[in-house]
Amino acid sequence: MFLILSKEILSPTITKYVIKAPYIAKKRKAGNFVMLRIIENGERIPITIVDSDLSAGTITLIVQAIGKTTKLLATKKVGEAILDVVGPLGVPTPIEFHGDVVCIGGGVGTAEVYPIARALKDAGNTIYSIVGARSKDLIILENEMSKLSKQSYVTTDDGSYGRKGIVTDQLKDILDSNKNIKAVYAIGPLPMMKAVSNLTKTYGVKTLVSLNAIMVDGTGMCGGCRVSIGGQMKFACVDGPEFDAHLVDFDELIMRNRTYIDLEKISDERCKRIEMADAVGGGR
Amino acid sequence: MNTVNPMKPSERMKLPRQASIEQIPEERNKNFLEVSSGLDEERALIEAKRCLECKNPVCIEGCPVTIDIRTFIQLIYQKDYIGAVNKIREANYLPAICGRVCPQETQCEIVCTLGKKHEPVAIGKLERFVADYEMARNLFVAPVITEHRDQKVAIVGSGPAGLTCAAELAKLGYKVTVFEALHAVGGVLRYGIPEFRLPRTILDLETDRIKSLGVEIYTNFVIGRTATIDELFNEWGFGAIFLGTGAGTPTFMGIPGESLSGVYSANEYLTRINLMKAYQFPEYDTPIKVGKEIAVIGGGNTAMDAVRTSLRLGARKAYLIYRRSRKEMPAREEEVHHAEEEGVEFVMLTNPVRIIGDANGWVTGIECQKMELGEPDESGRRKPIPIKGSEYVIPVQTVIEAVGQKPNPIIQSTTSGLDVSKRGTVVVNDAQMTSREGIFAGGDLARGGATVILAMRDGKIAAGNIHKYLLSKLDGKGNSKLNVDVKQEIKSI
Repeated sequence: MFLILSKEILSPTITKYVIKAPYIAKKRKAGNFVMLRIIENGERIPITIVDSDLSAGTITLIVQAIGKTTKLLATKKVGEAILDVVGPLGVPTPIEFHGDVVCIGGGVGTAEVYPIARALKDAGNTIYSIVGARSKDLIILENEMSKLSKQSYVTTDDGSYGRKGIVTDQLKDILDSNKNIKAVYAIGPLPMMKAVSNLTKTYGVKTLVSLNAIMVDGTGMCGGCRVSIGGQMKFACVDGPEFDAHLVDFDELIMRNRTYIDLEKISDERCKRIEMADAVGGGR
Repeated sequence: MNTVNPMKPSERMKLPRQASIEQIPEERNKNFLEVSSGLDEERALIEAKRCLECKNPVCIEGCPVTIDIRTFIQLIYQKDYIGAVNKIREANYLPAICGRVCPQETQCEIVCTLGKKHEPVAIGKLERFVADYEMARNLFVAPVITEHRDQKVAIVGSGPAGLTCAAELAKLGYKVTVFEALHAVGGVLRYGIPEFRLPRTILDLETDRIKSLGVEIYTNFVIGRTATIDELFNEWGFGAIFLGTGAGTPTFMGIPGESLSGVYSANEYLTRINLMKAYQFPEYDTPIKVGKEIAVIGGGNTAMDAVRTSLRLGARKAYLIYRRSRKEMPAREEEVHHAEEEGVEFVMLTNPVRIIGDANGWVTGIECQKMELGEPDESGRRKPIPIKGSEYVIPVQTVIEAVGQKPNPIIQSTTSGLDVSKRGTVVVNDAQMTSREGIFAGGDLARGGATVILAMRDGKIAAGNIHKYLLSKLDGKGNSKLNVDVKQEIKSI
């Protein structure tokens, strides 16, 4: 059992959790993830570790409540426990000195790019950051990103905050004005990462993305997270989750990630009905 | 050697081999309840009478863990069923599991003297009978551990190799800790073998019995990630380590269309169903999608498990596609037979060349090529050769590839000094010792895909040699010379 020590609401749907997990905290590096299972009947889902505190023996996760499991997590209170947390999994992000680097976070993906941006800065890189979301209330970690960046930008699709538009609009401006950008790290929804990749390809700038494929075990056992990288089959859980964006077959992954979309809806609806029943005093 | 049965051999030979009671195929292929309910007491007693009580019991040599089969059957004859199960347990701590999943027909039963002219004694069914008898009446008593030792042993992986090694070392008095990467114990017994062959209540019970020996089990702990092998030695203070992490990495055929939705590795398919209970969706959250028509590729036990599971999940047509003929299939005869009874359609001498999908990326069919058998290859089996122009499409919505697994590389890649073969298996000697001091290995990690019982055999042999190894590390006063830091208490996860 893994105790939730603190919980902070970052936006109406995004929550930050600090969880007691001393062994994971000790080994965690930027880019690692954990697999979570919240209840006995629950599924296993991958979540990126945002931060860890060795002396406190804790890890920090930032999770958007979008599906059954993440919504259930959001109902957990401080002092309650998560049934299973296993990790740190995946290959840590290769942190090198590039010079000028752009770090892009889309929606809750900002939580994943933030530790990487921090590690890149510690390695001597100059960071330019773009935080993007559909609207203002989904922007997270804006201050944290801005603090470690030489320049930071915010974009929203609806223009409710920052620049109206998508992250690639801002990225194009940066790449046009700064010819010294040596690398781009982008984490967010697949269409966003695909758009970033298409753009940086034309500029010939090295780009890394983190692929959120469907996983069951997260340790290389099931092959459900297989992705095509330069025509080769790779497992996102053990060979990634980060890959050279210019080699990723995004369309294939977008299709694969739709495999259970109808069943996920059933699960989600069922969860809502149970919540409503609970709210009016009905039992399970 | 004394005999207990006064019947003449000729009388014993006249008795027919007893059959298990099984659910009828048309019903069982719709549920996940156990196919066979084993022998009842009456049948077990008849079966025990069939044993010739050979002076030279060759069956024992046929058993990978050398169970004293002759004696345990004699005890059944004398109706001392608990004595019988405990006799088995001296050699093998997991009788309820072995009595169900062991391929007895190629081990103890194939060498049975009675089998030369008649049918062999149903040794496996008798093993299961006594284990079930004890379980149903709750008569298990944990063996008394007479000597306690301070040295600690880590077992990596809680599958059949690891659990057996843990039990044997605990009986010898060692402090044993098992590390399991998943959230549940059992390894392939948990995620691989379906409930209808091995009910989870039995696995849970056998696990509890191992815990009752004082074995500690840490789930959610990936050695190589959560802690490394070097840390287990240096910080946790383990004197020896047994690696039994199995062969959990699936292989794919490498044909076009494998990325389509509806294509599963057998590992993913079975893990979703067995470990995550996707067959109970939405009661359980993990989803699975099984088409009306499905195809499983492969001819091993995993392929049989996958195809039989598909019928239970509502597939109307379940094809088993194998590139050689039925004779060459590596699966147990009993599993093939059960699959056939349940309505699986065997498509032999056929090799898939391409998986076909629709515009949404979903499987719609599998293109296959007919094969014919040529000369024997290095495995001794006749090599399948494609017949030109024989391609045709079988319409299916789900494709499951059961074409083999290889060891998970996480430990090998994070541990120095461990020799690994080209196939990815960890190299061991006859004592199950690896190239690195204090590290032993066994089961599929060393073999690259074998049986539950061979994994148990390896775990048992390793336990004996770990014992010898740790004894050699003691000084004359019984104190460990190893760097055992008992202050580092490993609790609270």
